[in-house]
Amino acid sequence: MPNLKDLRVRIDSVRSTQKITSAMKMVAAAKLRRAQEQTEAARPYSERMDRMLGSLSEGLPTGAGGPELLAGNGKDDVHLLVVMTSDRGLCGGFNSSIVRGALQIIRRLLDDGKEVRVLCVGRKGRDILRRDFRSLILDTFEDVGRKNLSFADATMVGDRVLEMFEAGEFDVCTIIYNRFQSAMTQIVTPQQLIPFQASDEAGAGAAANDDSSETAEDDSQKAAYEFEPDEQEILEDLLPRNLSVQLFRALLENAASEQGARMTAMDNATRNAGEMIDDLTITYNRTRQAFITKELIEIISGAEAL
Amino acid sequence: MADTVEFELVAPEELLFSEPVELVVVPGAEGDFGVLPGHSPLISTLRTGVIAVYENDSVNRRIFVSGGFAEVTPERCTVLADEAVALDAADRAAIEDRVKADREAVDKADEDNKENAAAALAVSEALLAALDTAGQA
Repeated sequence: MPNLKDLRVRIDSVRSTQKITSAMKMVAAAKLRRAQEQTEAARPYSERMDRMLGSLSEGLPTGAGGPELLAGNGKDDVHLLVVMTSDRGLCGGFNSSIVRGALQIIRRLLDDGKEVRVLCVGRKGRDILRRDFRSLILDTFEDVGRKNLSFADATMVGDRVLEMFEAGEFDVCTIIYNRFQSAMTQIVTPQQLIPFQASDEAGAGAAANDDSSETAEDDSQKAAYEFEPDEQEILEDLLPRNLSVQLFRALLENAASEQGARMTAMDNATRNAGEMIDDLTITYNRTRQAFITKELIEIISGAEAL
Repeated sequence: MADTVEFELVAPEELLFSEPVELVVVPGAEGDFGVLPGHSPLISTLRTGVIAVYENDSVNRRIFVSGGFAEVTPERCTVLADEAVALDAADRAAIEDRVKADREAVDKADEDNKENAAAALAVSEALLAALDTAGQA
């Protein structure tokens, strides 16, 4: 028969765990709201950037000859993966699903005979990836946006990527992050940054946000832009900038996803703890009752024996 | 034709300004240019400088930008700023601190970072200067 004191201790411990998880859930909910606001606020910039890039690249010759960031350097041998995870755990399947996605891509690329390099953003991804592909990991950015994610964080990562690209250390760059859909669902999304491919989501987002008539107007006007200084120079400025913008957006989405995943995970944990407390309480009450009954029987049978 | 042009100013982290204006003067890489309604389509890079928004033939607002891009169409002027500070709401003391911090960073920086630190200092000094001129105007 379980010991009453043990049960009491157990119930207390589950209860305090529940308090912690429910507090974490509330913190995550608050942070999620902030992250979502930030994502919203950053959206106009990347939309306008996309639009401008669209108008610019339209006038350019396609394929080779354009800037390397846009057209690629003609090779497809060395791939750089930027894997975005969180620095902290306790957020459900958030990190493991990104890593699973990343591993899939890494294996596929390796099977195809490509060379793969990995840049990690966030400690957790590095920790897991290190088990299988230690030699591929170049570097890890930790504590990115620990307090508040700023554009400078994205530029930091972006500069590093650019530096490596200019040094010819890789040919194709892909980022993997969790796209935020809702607090319950995050979608692991690989997105190719170099050579640049206009992301469909961005276009869809822009269309949904802007007036549809406005976008239609844009299309008709795209052709006749003047450029100051000239097209090439603007592109050379704009493309590295765009890289950082894309990274920034991914970081923001990732941050929101992390908080969403944590909120859901902690909500589940709180609920599970509640169930566990109920079960334990029933066991505790039964056991206590059984003890009382047993003691009564002992007393009665003792009295009868006299 | 509408007598205003839709002016949008966006920084990476937020949309700062989006309203119809009569005239806006933007510091383009090859000289300031004014945007009135019906301006011909233009894409330009920006240098560090001040965007002036005009209303009733006088400057209504001044916004400092550290560089970026501008896209102009007959109906709209979109500025993608690297960094933007509205000068009428700027905190002088904070900017002075920033200049000081940047100056120290330049002194401390090693060879590799010197260029970046110097660029940051140039931006914050320009911001301070812009604030002073705006104050006098």
